[in-house]
Amino acid sequence: MAQKGIIESIVAGYKKDPSRLIDMVRDIQKELGQVSSESAAKIASLLNISKVDVEGIVTFYHFFSTAPAGTYAVYLNNNIVAGMKGRQAVAEAFENYTGAKFGGTTADGLIGLYETSCIGMNDQEPSAIINGVVFTKLTKSKVKELVAAMKAGQDVHKLVKSRGDGANQSKLVRAMVCNNIRKKGPVLFAPFKSGAAIKKAVTWTSEDVIAEIKRANLLGRGGAGFPTGLKWEFCGREKAFPHYVVCNADEGEPGTFKDRVILTELPHLLFEGMAVAGFAVGAQEGILYLRAEYAYLKAHLEKALDDLRKKKLLGKNIAGKKGCHFDITIKLGAGAYICGEESALLESAEGKRGEPRDRPPFPVTFGYRGFPTTVNNVETLCAAARILDRGAGWFKLMGTPKSAGTKVLSVSGDCAKPGVYEVAFGLKIQDLLKMAGGQDAQAVQVGGPSGTCVSRGQFERRLCFEDLPTGGSVIVIGPRRDLFDVVHNFMDFFIEESCGWCVPCRAGNILLKKKLVKITSGKGTAKDLQEIEAWGKTIKAMSRCGLGQTSPNPILTTLQNFREMYEAKVHQDKDFISEFDLAAAVKPASSLTGQKLTEAHHE
Amino acid sequence: MSKAMSKIKFTIDGKVCFAEPGQTIIEAANANGVYIPSLCRYEGLKPAGSCRICTVRVGRGHMAACTQPVAEGMAVENIVPDLEDMRKSLIEMLFVEGNHLCPTCQKSGNCELQALAYRYQMLVPRFPYQFPVRQVEPAGPNLLLEQNRCIQCLRCVRGVKAKDGKAIFGSVRRSGKTKIAFDHDLVAALSPAEAKKAMDMCPVGALLKKEVGFTVPIGKRKFDHKPIGSEFEGKRS
Repeated sequence: MAQKGIIESIVAGYKKDPSRLIDMVRDIQKELGQVSSESAAKIASLLNISKVDVEGIVTFYHFFSTAPAGTYAVYLNNNIVAGMKGRQAVAEAFENYTGAKFGGTTADGLIGLYETSCIGMNDQEPSAIINGVVFTKLTKSKVKELVAAMKAGQDVHKLVKSRGDGANQSKLVRAMVCNNIRKKGPVLFAPFKSGAAIKKAVTWTSEDVIAEIKRANLLGRGGAGFPTGLKWEFCGREKAFPHYVVCNADEGEPGTFKDRVILTELPHLLFEGMAVAGFAVGAQEGILYLRAEYAYLKAHLEKALDDLRKKKLLGKNIAGKKGCHFDITIKLGAGAYICGEESALLESAEGKRGEPRDRPPFPVTFGYRGFPTTVNNVETLCAAARILDRGAGWFKLMGTPKSAGTKVLSVSGDCAKPGVYEVAFGLKIQDLLKMAGGQDAQAVQVGGPSGTCVSRGQFERRLCFEDLPTGGSVIVIGPRRDLFDVVHNFMDFFIEESCGWCVPCRAGNILLKKKLVKITSGKGTAKDLQEIEAWGKTIKAMSRCGLGQTSPNPILTTLQNFREMYEAKVHQDKDFISEFDLAAAVKPASSLTGQKLTEAHHE
Repeated sequence: MSKAMSKIKFTIDGKVCFAEPGQTIIEAANANGVYIPSLCRYEGLKPAGSCRICTVRVGRGHMAACTQPVAEGMAVENIVPDLEDMRKSLIEMLFVEGNHLCPTCQKSGNCELQALAYRYQMLVPRFPYQFPVRQVEPAGPNLLLEQNRCIQCLRCVRGVKAKDGKAIFGSVRRSGKTKIAFDHDLVAALSPAEAKKAMDMCPVGALLKKEVGFTVPIGKRKFDHKPIGSEFEGKRS
């Protein structure tokens, strides 16, 4: 078949470099609609690696498949906000109009339907990605049109009937995605003269640049809040070279989408921030690790890189400084929440499964390809450029004593004005709700599933590192929602997104979810509540990386802040209720014999 | 005294210990006659930190003793009730995650998972059995991969390589669906002696040499008389 030549030319196109394995697999998936066992064997033999290494990649990432994914592969977001906005009806419409079931394709292999975790469109749900193209605010009738067009063999790009705002309209993006920038703040979404930061930086020493970032008390915006200046200092003083700057543009925490808007509207600022970081740590190469869900922005981002090269702000002797070289390449992910964890991201950038590394050594000493690497969030790097431009003193005037500057929030869920808000650190939740039109919320999920579920009584709390830290995700949960639906959805998310490496995360979360099902289905006792709490604490303490260390939070934080909701579900008068369900257990047999279980059988 | 001077001084449950620079907590513990229970760890292989059973506490932080280097002045908590209970629960998770039917298993008595369960006096897991449907897969002429018993310690992934260094075993899929797979051609090239080595490396009865089994009678198996870990306890090198 012709596909032999295709695989060979794709592998040759990446110079048979095994560290480009993900890129090869992506191209093959695109060309052939799958990466079959035969294809995996072919790739392995061309690269002279084990076939199991190739299969490990193909089966790890959401957007790769070993079976035909369909000429049109529909990935429908399954996060909780999509659910709030009518996802169920949309999913049913897809199944009805195509005749396919989620997890498979139509009989003719034309259309495949798949679920995927948050795609960063929470302010315009329900949304789906079809062959890399994003479709937002889906309805039953839109699905009908889409399916008809797919059946007619139309190009998915032509199915985008409307364009979003801002750069989404540009020729290189042409997306129906909307930015929904509701509040512009002084740091990110403020006028910035391209070049102002890097031109200033190169007149200083790298030590002075780091000192300025430290003085500004810039903390990592991905959520963990590690001091950026310190990270740069650790990386910069390492003796092994080359050093690398990696921008983590893999925001996967359900409910966050602010990096998508920054990448759309402020790529020049971001890349300049990377150049400043490169100057500070002594790196000449930067990598933007872009989540696959945002692949539609790649051409737009490449254009921004070209602009900066033309302006001599990237490339050789940048900003007129002799011997100061820095350039950036873009690497695409392939669908995996875990790759937002910095060491998993590095593994993925090296073409491997996105499994976190053991630390120490930390990326600042052993990072990309084993060299000293600073991994920073999109927003952090933008803020760093602005600090160089305007000074640490200016930056520290905003925010709280321990959380300087502003935070870009992604607000979604039950509110009138979902979108992006750049606010000073220290904003009270109630004030944010007022801005977003979500005052009647019963709860607010701060920091995504790995964060905290905050109850009404705590809406006085502040969004900052001293109180409620967040990487940006704020999900408003309205008064009529069943909070247990949210908890179930978040636990399903963590179960799906666990890399599977370590026992507590791989096995423990599944057991935690089963216990939750027992409780919410009315079979729980007070002992079950004690156990679910203890098991959750074990998973947090024993897991290898941040995913497992936070995965029980949906349960633990609601147990803490909405205890009465759990108490109402359990039987206080019974010590033990079996979760064994006789009817379910004998269902296969009884359906064969036509026998129906009566109540008497249960007793 | 000079010997102690060049070493890193730290404590495990209050006992003063000394470590060489670069040693992990577990290596140093064993050298000081302290046993830290572990399962995925295998002498001579790069640690994987996958089973998490060797997790210890330093201050408020939990860390895997097999991957964490010792630092001067570290106060390591090892045998403390809440940590021991969490370790026990990991062992129980492994028992319910797969299908571990010890009485019929060739590895019984030599199995490290079983030995740990005995050491922790596990009677019945606190978690519900999952009874997953898993396969027994032939792996070349000399090996079987009994997926029901695989605990994904990654020892075979790390330790069994082809002559040119290629991986023979590897992880596929992710989440609870993660499993060990192998390259059919490369696994078929393993000699009977290499297959035996692979089986011995496997802590449980997941990798089995074909056509042999139950060769060592009960009473003469590795953990029949002394519990796992007793080879380290009280000895100081």
